[in-house]
Order: sequence, then structure tokens, then C-alpha cells
Amino acid sequence: MSTPELDALVSRSYRHGFVTDIDADTVPPGLDESVVRLISRKKKEPQFLLDWRLRALSHWRTLREPHWAHLRYAPIDYNAISYYSAPRQSGDGPKSLADVDPKLLATYDRLGVPLHERARLAGVAVDAVFDSVSVATTFKDKLAAAGVIFCPFSEAVQRHPELLEQYLGTVVPYTDNFYATLNSAVFTDGSFVYVPPGVRCPMELSTYFRINAANTGQFERTLIIADAGSYVSYLEGCTAPMRDENQLHAAVVELVALDDARIKYSTVQNWYPGDEQGRGGIYNFVTKRGECRGRNSHISWTQVETGSAITWKYPSCILRGENSIGEFYSVATTNNYQQADTGTKMIHIGANTRSTIVSKGISAGHGQNAYRGLVKILPSATGARNFTQCDSLLMGKHCGAHTFPYLEVRNPSAIVEHEASTSRISEDQLFYCLQRGVGAEDAVNMIVSGFCRSVFKELPMEFAVEAQALLAVSLEGAVG
Amino acid sequence: MSDAAAQPMLEVRDLQVRVGGQIVLKGVSLAVRAGEVHAIMGPNGSGKSTLAYVLAGKPGYEIVSGSVSFEGRDLLALAPEERARAGLFLGFQYPVEIPGVNNAYLLKTALNAARRERRLPELDAFEFLALVRSKTQLMHIDESFLGRGVNEGFSGGEKKRNEILQMLVLEPKLSLLDETDSGLDIDALKVVANGVNSLRSPERCIVLVTHYQRLLDHVVPDFVHVLARGRIVRSGDRTLALELEKRGYDWITEQAAA
Repeated sequence: MSTPELDALVSRSYRHGFVTDIDADTVPPGLDESVVRLISRKKKEPQFLLDWRLRALSHWRTLREPHWAHLRYAPIDYNAISYYSAPRQSGDGPKSLADVDPKLLATYDRLGVPLHERARLAGVAVDAVFDSVSVATTFKDKLAAAGVIFCPFSEAVQRHPELLEQYLGTVVPYTDNFYATLNSAVFTDGSFVYVPPGVRCPMELSTYFRINAANTGQFERTLIIADAGSYVSYLEGCTAPMRDENQLHAAVVELVALDDARIKYSTVQNWYPGDEQGRGGIYNFVTKRGECRGRNSHISWTQVETGSAITWKYPSCILRGENSIGEFYSVATTNNYQQADTGTKMIHIGANTRSTIVSKGISAGHGQNAYRGLVKILPSATGARNFTQCDSLLMGKHCGAHTFPYLEVRNPSAIVEHEASTSRISEDQLFYCLQRGVGAEDAVNMIVSGFCRSVFKELPMEFAVEAQALLAVSLEGAVG
Repeated sequence: MSDAAAQPMLEVRDLQVRVGGQIVLKGVSLAVRAGEVHAIMGPNGSGKSTLAYVLAGKPGYEIVSGSVSFEGRDLLALAPEERARAGLFLGFQYPVEIPGVNNAYLLKTALNAARRERRLPELDAFEFLALVRSKTQLMHIDESFLGRGVNEGFSGGEKKRNEILQMLVLEPKLSLLDETDSGLDIDALKVVANGVNSLRSPERCIVLVTHYQRLLDHVVPDFVHVLARGRIVRSGDRTLALELEKRGYDWITEQAAA
């Protein structure tokens, strides 16, 4: 295929780039104690939470933005960001879907996430977070009947403060890192899940994050607790309007799995990636960590990262419980000028803990894609095992793939395996498909999907199809 | 022979092709009618595979002069996938591995692309599976092959049988088989030959590109051509292949050079 044809094909369309025109309550840009107090007051938080936020803020002031990742971007002015923006509403906010602003419902319809329960996928409950607040959560009653708590974080603050006080910050402490500390000070909303002992959550839980307002950041916080012997599968999706300015998204996700519990956490991240010249797009600096606190507990992270101008995230597992299992399955694509530095940390503490890492990086256009992963086996982790596989696929001549694996093994009985490969979509593979009558775009999608297959098969079925379609869009025309 | 049958299905006229600055085909002409099986033989480097690739539309080959028509259409004006959908199939000498892409999925996509072209309804998964099953039996291919990645971890012989399986499912009008016999033991050779013979019919034609004549014991050609140094230097019936088997290629290429 000739170069002009290729160039013409390398165009991408972002299908979620619209803005909802809605009256918003937005605090002026800037970050100081008064902003933190204001957010806490708006959320009617108990004293312990305000104190925690303020400790985070003062700690944050001692930190410097980290620059060890393989990323390049203009400096972020943290005082130019507004830390709270919410659609204006009358009174105490919506009691049910009937009270939710129709413009918001229309927004989620347009995003393909209808909030009316009869229109929803029958097996999926959704919490919809719009800028700094949750606007609706579906299927709450059905979940409550099973004893499952699934609600906006702000609501959990009011109704389950004891659970929050017990678990908040126990996996990602407010001192953890620059972005997590910032989040701890100013986080606004997010989802809260508690699954009681022995309960298998009867449906998929899902949160859909939407950034709408300009010049704001989104700082959500999610906490999922799976009590002994329980199971939950959770999925998050993310989109934002197309804008020439960069917007910051700095989330924290904490997972806690107790004895014999299992949490499956899937992400389909499609924040606005910026345009073909690399203007605009979301800066996605996210801290996600799960702790297998109990024996035989199991946490799996599956992520499909197609959006954002910059992705900096390392969903990790602390394998404290004996025989616990941590898994990380990732597909990260970078096209145009997108940059991703992503991977995981597997910290083996308990005996006979096992971890699996499968990372698939796809780079096209001028995209830069780095895998960064740590496997740490502590002296107590007798019999620990890790298997890591990271593969990179390059499309075109201007992109890059990088692999930074770190290994720290302090127990001689551990078995650690690492496999890595870098390849291009070969002319021969492409021609083979063409010769069988498959068109070029379809052939590339087929080859890329094949490359990602071992990750896609980990996604809940309803979302595997969506993820595959999303991948096709994000690599539209990137035949190389 | 009727007038329609007299019109070749594939007609190559004085084809000159350059690859990396070198003229590799120096004026090849070939006419293949429906129902015929032609064998193109020749020493290594004579341009046999180049001819197959050029007909299938592989990038990287520059057409210097000449023309190719396929059922009256200008074949060289078509993109590779259009040629495939029009009924041209290339059985590769070295079929490439495409990890993670399901063998059956690729084949179903290919078949339905061809069926759309022919304005036939697409096959659903059940109809497709029924069709493929009958062909896998003929090719002595275990059904588990269908669920594996395309050629992923296949042995050399398995890859070749998989090529013929694809051909049987797609039912092309023109099959170009590039060294399909290489790397096969005698049992596999018979299976492959059976497969090829099952597709022989008055509506189709087959061009076998081969170095050795042993495949031709099982798939008996109507015509044999010798390609040497970029030219067809001799054409004949199957006895030419037997003569080549006995005497090698040197005498014929020397005659051509003289």
C-alpha cells in the first residue's frame, strides 16, 4: 500500500466528543484548604473524612510531580484546574431516575449507556458519574435484596461511614504518590461496592465516568470490598468531549478481597485521546491497587486502554493472603500522538501466591507505548510463582514500543518467568488475508484482535464485543 | 469445443515484471481455459513464484509491460482482495502464521466476502460449519484445527493441507498452487492431490507451480510449461514432465539460451 493511501487512512474519529449544555455549579480554579473544605461540606462529610483530606493536602504540598515514566508533556498548572463541577440541581438531588435532569439521561443514551432499567442490558447495574457527581445508579433495589451495596461514593459516606472508615486508604494510603495524594485531598465521587460474606453478586456492576465541564479535573475514588467467600465483577467505562486543552483525570481505585473472595475488575478506557496533531486529550494519571488480604483470594484486572493523550497507570495486586492469586491482562493502544506508560505491580507476600501478567501494547502513528511492570517476591512468599508475557505490535514507522520489567526476588523457592516479543503486522500476514478476499481494514482488525485475544477473553462477554469494536475505531486506518 | 470454451479463462500476454531493479519475467504468455490443469515447472529462481504472486497481486512487483485478463477482465487493475473475490486463489508455498486469528473465522470471512461478490446469501455459523466439516474429512484434517490460530504451530504438511482446505471451501475458478507439494511425505501428497482433483471441473482451471513432477503423478496436467530465466521455453503435454524428471532442466535451458 502506498504512503499517500496510508496517510489518508490514518484518521481517527472519536464518537463520544460532544458536550452537554447544562447549568453547572463549578468552583473557581485553584487548590487550597478552602477548596478541600468546600468539597467536604458539599458532600456533608463526617469529620474523620475532612481530616483525612486535609492531611492529604498538606502532604501533597511536600511532593513533586514524578517524571520517571516514559512520557512527555507540557507542565500541568494545578492552580488552573477547577476541582469541583456538578450539574446544578434543586433541593437535595434526585431521589429516583424520574428526578434526573432529562439532558443528563439523554447524554448517557447518546453514549450508549441508557439509564432506564428497561432499556439496560438485563444483567448489568450502572452507576453514572458526571464530572464530580454520580447522577444515577440503576438496579439498586435488586442488589440490595442480595445484600450488595452499590452506590455513589458520596452516598456511602452518609450511609456506611463505618465501612469507609475501616477500609478507605488501607490499600492506597493518602501518602502513596503525587496523584493519589492529590486525589485523596480533592476526590469528589465514584463508586462504592460492598459484597457481604458468601454472596455472589447477581449481576455485573459498572460505572460510567463522563467528563463534561471544561477546565475541570475528574478525581473519582472507587472502593470495592469483597467479604469472605464472595464474588463480584465490576466494569468501568470512560469518555470525554473533544477539546483542544488537556484535562486531568487522577482517580484512585482500591480493592479489598478477604478470605476466598474474588474480584474481577475490568476497564474500557476511552477518554478523548486528542486530535491527529496531538492537541487536547485527557491526562490520565490513575492509581489502582487491589489487596488480596485473605487466604485463597483472587483479584484480576483487565484493561483495554484506547483513549487519553497520556496514560499513566499500573493496576497492581498485593498478594498478602496465602494461596492468593493476582492477574493483570492489558491491551493498550496508542495512535497519533498518544502516549501510554502502563503495566502492573505484583507484590508477593503470602506463601504460594501466584500472579499472571499478560500485556499487549499496540502502537500506531506517532504513538509511544511502554510496559512497566514490577514483580516483587518477599522473603515470606515461599513457593510464589509469576508468569509474565508482554508483547508489542508496531504499525508504521514513527511509533515506539518499550518494555521495562523489574524483578525483585527475595525467596529462592520462587519461580518467575518472563516472555516478551515485539513484532510488526507483516506484509505477508496482510497479503495472506487480502488474497483470501478480506479487505485491508478488516484484515488489520482481524490481525490486531488476534494479537489481543488472550486479553479480550478475560472481559465479561457483554463488553468483549464493545472492546473489540472500540479497538477497531481507535486504530482506524493505521495500516502499516 | 464451443466458442465460449475456446475463450481462455486466464490469458497472460507478454508479461514483463521487475523486482528490486531486476527483470524477473521477460515476456511470459500463457492461456488457460476452463476445465484445464496446467503445470508450470522450472529450476529454482526461474520466476515461477513471481508469476503466481503477480497474478495474485502481491505488492512489490512492478509490471513493465504486458497484460493479464481473467474472464475478460483486466486482472492487473484489480486489488488483491478483488481478485480473490472474483475467484482467484493462491495456495502459498510458505503459508504465514497469524497468531490468535481463528482459522475458521478467517475462512468464514473469506467465504462470505466471495459470496457477497457473487450475490449469494452469506452463510451463518451452522451452515458454514457443515460445509467445512465435509471438507476437513476429505483433507484428513482434525476438526480441532478450525479452532486454532491461522497456521499457528502447524507443521509444514499441516499448513499445506490447510491451504487446500481453504481452496475447497472457497471453490475458486482459478487456483494457483505454488509448490504445494514441497515438504509433503507421500501420504500427505496423496491427500493433497485428492483434494485438488476433487475440485477439477469444466468450470474451473488449476495452475500448478512445481519443481518436481511427483505431484503430477497424482494430479495429471493437460499441459506442462517450462519456465526458465523468466521465459516459457517449452510447452507440451504431461510427457514433457516425465522427460524433465529423467533429464533434469539443464538441457532445456541450454537449448533456450542457444
